[in-house]
Amino acid sequence: MHHVIIGAGPAGVTAAETLRREAPADNVTLICGEPGPPYSRMAIPYALAGKIGEDGTRLRQRDGHFESLGIAVRHDRVTAIDAAAHRLTLAEGGSLAYDRLLIATGSSPARPSIPGLDLPGVHACWTLEDMRKVTAQLRPGTRVLLLGAGFVSCIILQSLVQRGAVVTVSCGSSGRMVRSMMDETAGGLIMAWCRAKGVTVLTGGRPSAITSAASGLLTTLDSGLTAESDLIIVGTGVKTNTGFLAGSGIELDEGILVDGWLQSSLPDIYAAGDVAQGLNLCTGAREVHAIQPTAVEHGRVAALNMAGKPTPFGGSLSMNTLDTLGLISCSFGLWMGKEGGEQVRLLDAGRFRYLRLELFDGRLVGANTVGMTNEIGVIRGLIQTRIRLGGWLERLKRDPSRLAEAYVACAQGLAAE
Amino acid sequence: MQRALLILPEKCTGCRQCEMACSFEKDRSFNPSKSRIRVFDIHSQARFIPYTCTQCSQAWCLHACPVDAIRVDLSLGTKVVHDSLCVGCKVCTIACPFGTINYNADSGKVAKCDLCGGDPACAKACPTGAITYVDAEQTGYGKMRHWAVKTDTQTAAQV
Amino acid sequence: MSWTGKFLRIDLSAGTVKTEALNRDWARQYLGQRGLATKYFTEEVDPKVEPLAPENKMIFTTGPLTGTAASTGGRYSVVTKGPLTGCIACSNSGGFFGNELKNAGWDMIIVEGRSPKPVYLSIENETVEIRDASAYWGKTVWETENGLKADHQDPLLRVASIGAAGEKGVLYACIVNDLHRAAGRSGVGAVMGSKNLKAVAVRGTRGVRVKDPDRFMAVATEQKKVLADNAVTGQGLPKFGTQVLMNVINELGALPTRNFREVQFEGAHKISAEAMHEPRPTDGKPNLATNGACFGCTIACGRISRMDPGHFSITSRPQYSEPSGGVEYEAAWAMGSDCGVDDLEACTFANFMCNEHGIDPISFGSTLAAAMELYETGVLTKEMTGGVELKFGSAEALVKMAELTGRGEGFGLELGQGSRRFCAKYGHPELSMTVKSQEFPAYDPRGIQGMGLTYATSNRGACHLRSYTVASEVLGIPFKTDPLSTDGKAALVKAFQDATAAFDASGICIFTTFAWSLENLAPQLDAACEGEWTPEVLLEVGERIWTLERQFNLAAGMTAKDDTLPKRLLKDAAKTGPAKGLTSGLDKMLPEYYQLRGWTPDGVPTPETLSRLAL
Repeated sequence: MHHVIIGAGPAGVTAAETLRREAPADNVTLICGEPGPPYSRMAIPYALAGKIGEDGTRLRQRDGHFESLGIAVRHDRVTAIDAAAHRLTLAEGGSLAYDRLLIATGSSPARPSIPGLDLPGVHACWTLEDMRKVTAQLRPGTRVLLLGAGFVSCIILQSLVQRGAVVTVSCGSSGRMVRSMMDETAGGLIMAWCRAKGVTVLTGGRPSAITSAASGLLTTLDSGLTAESDLIIVGTGVKTNTGFLAGSGIELDEGILVDGWLQSSLPDIYAAGDVAQGLNLCTGAREVHAIQPTAVEHGRVAALNMAGKPTPFGGSLSMNTLDTLGLISCSFGLWMGKEGGEQVRLLDAGRFRYLRLELFDGRLVGANTVGMTNEIGVIRGLIQTRIRLGGWLERLKRDPSRLAEAYVACAQGLAAE
Repeated sequence: MQRALLILPEKCTGCRQCEMACSFEKDRSFNPSKSRIRVFDIHSQARFIPYTCTQCSQAWCLHACPVDAIRVDLSLGTKVVHDSLCVGCKVCTIACPFGTINYNADSGKVAKCDLCGGDPACAKACPTGAITYVDAEQTGYGKMRHWAVKTDTQTAAQV
Repeated sequence: MSWTGKFLRIDLSAGTVKTEALNRDWARQYLGQRGLATKYFTEEVDPKVEPLAPENKMIFTTGPLTGTAASTGGRYSVVTKGPLTGCIACSNSGGFFGNELKNAGWDMIIVEGRSPKPVYLSIENETVEIRDASAYWGKTVWETENGLKADHQDPLLRVASIGAAGEKGVLYACIVNDLHRAAGRSGVGAVMGSKNLKAVAVRGTRGVRVKDPDRFMAVATEQKKVLADNAVTGQGLPKFGTQVLMNVINELGALPTRNFREVQFEGAHKISAEAMHEPRPTDGKPNLATNGACFGCTIACGRISRMDPGHFSITSRPQYSEPSGGVEYEAAWAMGSDCGVDDLEACTFANFMCNEHGIDPISFGSTLAAAMELYETGVLTKEMTGGVELKFGSAEALVKMAELTGRGEGFGLELGQGSRRFCAKYGHPELSMTVKSQEFPAYDPRGIQGMGLTYATSNRGACHLRSYTVASEVLGIPFKTDPLSTDGKAALVKAFQDATAAFDASGICIFTTFAWSLENLAPQLDAACEGEWTPEVLLEVGERIWTLERQFNLAAGMTAKDDTLPKRLLKDAAKTGPAKGLTSGLDKMLPEYYQLRGWTPDGVPTPETLSRLAL
């Protein structure tokens, strides 16, 4: 049996290792679309900041890790899939046969249609190669404009500031920061914090054009506001990497639609990680959850199924954590609320602290936090195990910051009134 | 034979000697806020609960780490954070459903219990026997393990 | 090390926060906490200051061992001029607040002036702010503490606050931290209230470092074993708490009963430690839910009690059926036998009230006992008490008055002036069982003679925690003396007073002294702190502290005439028990005490004594 995995991110690597463990006799090939050993995109901001070298971004630190496991790593790109023939076409020429296939090709930056986006000095910061280009142009005092104020932008923002850049962030038409993971209050706190730390935050609408001037790049927003910079980094969202699947007959929505066993609509083809659109634990709907823990869990469960050990996927929990210049924020599950549920909020804007809990049917279903770091994981524990809060429900309504206490008490069977 | 921390909340008086011993072991200062074991005071139930990583087999933290900075120590069964590799991304802190791996803003890295390499300071400091270090099979650790399994995505949907 | 070397100066009048470096010379002479803060206080404050005036200051202070792994190293004290006594006041508290302050990087907080509006002090390591507390003015300690934790979104915030009693000038108002630990005596809470300071909220994450970490850990571990192996600190206190004494002291004929008219209480067993362990017939549960420790304490004498949900005091108030701080011996005595009340649940409820509203149960219970005697003799009537029959033994009266006094309402406000002022007002000063206007604790000086001298000479007014000779006279620690004899008690009291001052200055709990002497304390300090700390040095520090406190009191207007006991104890003999027929032999002990201290027959330290102590 030959298992082929396309994509060497966390989902692909975890799947390869799981297959090796669960099906020792099978062949495993990992197709890696970028040069060098498999690395973690999540680590790029830290390499950009100079906190680690490029080696520090590797998903597996040990030299010869994959070879020693008998996992064949192949540097190439897949250009097409023939599902009926169980065969892949490769960019370098030639093809590869598979018995079971895992697509874990992840996502890449979406390029907004803004005139001037192809000017020199405009970059994404998604791959190691992107990072090298940005780093080469970065000096203390370099003026950098970040287009987009989502998670990816915000995490790079910190690195740029640490490198001494003078940073401006453009929030686009929403005028909000990290709106996909934080509510307006939390996003507002993050914005105020950034401004207090010397970052310019623009809320004057979408960028409409970028032009090159003698003194640098000039970006014009649709409000007419302009911003000048030496460098522009585009972080306006991502799209799943499914282009090579055109014509394959695979069922696509925002990503590859997968069932409760992470199998796609095509036989023997599975999908995992950022490219997969799988079950959301909280909503029961299928969604793309482009986060590390989901990628790893997808990879593990898909591999078990590929190895012939039927394993249902219970659904993933959307969650994220962001460190914006030292202000730590998190989001979990249905932080935006659920109809018929209850909400508890605590805000101390002066000290940049915020806590929002979403409760439904005596359980926690979602949360946003700003400025809280202790035992933060219990929020996942509370949501995912669907603990009934019992007497703790009322206590949490009075003081939602006692979450960890509630979790520990409930776990010890002290949930009673 | 692997050993584990056996925690008996009914014996705990909430004195925090364990927290001090833990922070002293790691930092040579007495600083409960940096302790990898925390005593919860469940005041409404008159119960103190020492709480730390159970070195669960699911190892949520380890799997969530994007840079291979959390590894298993095979002799002890512990999941250990390697400071030289940790970038401080905090993904493990949200992935661990027990909340027992935490970010330390001073070091810029995460910290969790590593059983002090096989001689846990908290157990030695506990004056009441609420925390002891024993043969893993005796711990009835089962209770925590059971809890860990409930968090597993395979079974969560059925709970 | 192990001082942080810096302290905060908060001027509430000006609304300013300043950081100052600790005077290291003073630290060498006065160690910390009770000693060092008294040095700062006496240097900075006019002894004649009106205690509730803005010119009075108050110092929240830790010791060098506060926040270390030394057993019980979590203490802090509040030093000020006490409104109840007019003397130096130093009230010591456990819980977790002291460690938090030290971990935030501060040895002390000196609070000055008076805020124009209610405020609280917020300390998060180096970030210190005076914040508005108008929303909390009038709220209870419990509401304030829980509210501030929610406001700060931090369950680990540690709060020391006052209730309405402190705001309204109840003269024995406490400062309560961690819900049921208190800087309890002499009215330090009223001083806080007079400054419009509702609370101090602290979060500290900086760590406490010691001079020689390895030696310190080795010594601290060794000394914890000494505590564990001792019958009192290893078994008696954890199991029974200080309440272990109730039946013992009653049998000795030294349990003051019904305002010290008697020395034995027929209902003692019903309010004893043993009773707290007994399942109640009503709900099958014992009063005692568990024992709880203060920060770093390996003894864990604290009581956490759960009330009988059917008890009359809480039938309509289910919130009080949650566990909270249970009665210690002093509280059980003052509100129990001294008032003739043998209802443990009523005492527990009254104790909850004391904690929730921030009043000292000893002074409250004693004052109520005096009022009950006045009621019994007809001086007080039902019309004057707001309709409550203040009869000895009335649990209803106890429960009602505890809440009224805590809230500073109605007749409670009168009781809140303390027994001396209260009895004087009603024309019977002789019924006030006080020294220097502070109410007695739970040991009758007729049955335990050393305690008579202890009370009479205590620098903060009647107090058992300045020289707990009960240890020697009852428990035989460090050696047994005859409780009914005055022989050798002057020397015993002096030795206990000096050693206790050194323990109080270190950041350690005085309860360790059941097992520890200065020989056990010194090596821990020596490993933790700069300088050389031997038992001899500590004893001298203790004597210096004691004498400095005395000097302040003399300058404040106290004289040898104030070193006395109420007539009842000097003239009326004990009626029952081993001390039957005895009065306090204070007159035999006091002159010898002065002499041993190097004081004149008028109780004034001689120039030689002052010079010997570098004062």
